Amino acid sequence: MIEIENVTFHHGKSPILKDVSLTIKRGGITALIGPNGAGKSTLFALMARLLPLQSGKISFDAMDIRQTPSRELAKKLAILRQDTHVASRITVQDMVGFGRFPHHQGRATSLDHDKVQAALNVFDLADIAERFIDELSGGQRQRVLVAMAYAQDTEYLLLDEPLNNLDMHFARNLMHQLRDLADNHGKTIVVVLHEINYAAAHADTIIALKNGEVAAHSRTDEFMTEEAISRIYDMSVKVKAVDGLKMALHHV
Amino acid sequence: MRHHFAPLQRTSALWPIVLAVVLLGLVAGSLVTGAANVSALDLFRRGESGDILLVSRLPRTLATILTGASLAVAGVIMQTLVRNRFVEPATTGTGECAALGLLATLLLVPGAPLLAKMAISSAAAFAGTAIFLALVSRLPPTQPLLVPLTGIVYGGIIGSISIFIAYENDLLQYISVWMNGEFSGVLQGRYELLWASGAAALAAYFYADQFTVAGFGKDTAHGLGLSYRAVMIAGLSIVALITSFTVLTVGMLPFVGLVVPNIISRFRGDNTKETLPLVAILGGALVLASDLIGRLIRYPYEIPAGTIFGVLGTGVFLWLLFARPARRG
Repeated sequence: MIEIENVTFHHGKSPILKDVSLTIKRGGITALIGPNGAGKSTLFALMARLLPLQSGKISFDAMDIRQTPSRELAKKLAILRQDTHVASRITVQDMVGFGRFPHHQGRATSLDHDKVQAALNVFDLADIAERFIDELSGGQRQRVLVAMAYAQDTEYLLLDEPLNNLDMHFARNLMHQLRDLADNHGKTIVVVLHEINYAAAHADTIIALKNGEVAAHSRTDEFMTEEAISRIYDMSVKVKAVDGLKMALHHV
Repeated sequence: MRHHFAPLQRTSALWPIVLAVVLLGLVAGSLVTGAANVSALDLFRRGESGDILLVSRLPRTLATILTGASLAVAGVIMQTLVRNRFVEPATTGTGECAALGLLATLLLVPGAPLLAKMAISSAAAFAGTAIFLALVSRLPPTQPLLVPLTGIVYGGIIGSISIFIAYENDLLQYISVWMNGEFSGVLQGRYELLWASGAAALAAYFYADQFTVAGFGKDTAHGLGLSYRAVMIAGLSIVALITSFTVLTVGMLPFVGLVVPNIISRFRGDNTKETLPLVAILGGALVLASDLIGRLIRYPYEIPAGTIFGVLGTGVFLWLLFARPARRG
């Protein structure tokens, strides 16, 4: 269970998050949505202890992120940040391999190799395993980073806009993969999504942030209403059901 | 999928072997080159020829290799931690700070034991590099060349301060010896500190994965549970030690830490655990080759190895600047 209690964050004078409290239960996929500048990435950075907490408390299964050593937390949660830019010239295989670093601290075992190999296969990277990541396309690099987080094999997986740069083939693949991780491997996944229909199709729960506050937190099918989406994004959006799946027609 | 990896493993095993063979050839060349006519086999015989080898040629050869290897390793560490391909101890003010520290010991505690002088010099190099890092952390990441430019200006300022102080105290010749690397004065008993420099470079190998992870950037490193600060401090300490040992014993050799890691990175990538040994061997080989060229080109007179490497290094540096795709910055 992820517990976020009364988290407030200021950047200079301007408030980014205002007294945010959330409880995310174990298991399943939670989609974090909201307009640009709503505070999604800041909340993620705080959860991943990349930014220092100014006030409030965040804990994973009662492990307070302020009290738990970084090395222990790295075995509990993996995070993929938005726009992660790695300038190192490193092969795909080695890069994904470093996802195992929290577990082996530099001395990889055969278990680590197996997990890396599995990650390469799952994200369709085995054929380019020997390429340097600076020679890859944006989408391939994004898949490498997701595979790295996958190889880290933590109970919690936090992904900030993992669909960036992915074409629809790999975007859907990734969402199916996350679904499989949640359903069959007991992982708890929190994912920031821009495209609300991916959230509608694949997430169990939706949390909406707006202006640094929690604007909605409900089961996906309950959330997907014209009223809720229009209110959060300040635009009128039609919601239609196709084959029982609610979809927002936000692009027309 | 195993078959995918076989070809790479073959070539990656080849690199160290080829480089090591080249290095051994250079060692043999270095042992037989000099004013006195000596064969490498004299090393195992008693007599004057054996003495020349033991007292002069062998120490000089070892000093050259140790200097080249450890400076190249210092370059990799700097480039990985700063995440910039154009930094090395000579473009970040590290060498100048080490020299300033030595100058301070000469003036303030002239009677201090060598170890204390080294400690002060290393501390100065560490502090100076930390200040440089604080300076460049404000630069826009889209302008990678600003980092070495800032470092060169910063080093220039510190170097000028040293020269002013040295001039006022009639110690200018020291500065010139510290800042211009050359090996003609290396004799048995006068280079052994470089083994400590080599040991510091060896210590870097045990941090190799940590350096690589830190090179992914602070966020990714934190996500992988790396203690970023501790790794930075370890890396900078190793760089400071190598730099001050080198400055005191043979003098600073610019470009070694810049050129060697870039060549290896281009062909073998940045996974430090794999590349550090290659960087060390290539660094040793190139500096030894420069020294050898310097000894042969105007035989029996000498041109300092630092000068030769400077000329060769500038050429390679220009090639790296223009031949490397822009996105690699």
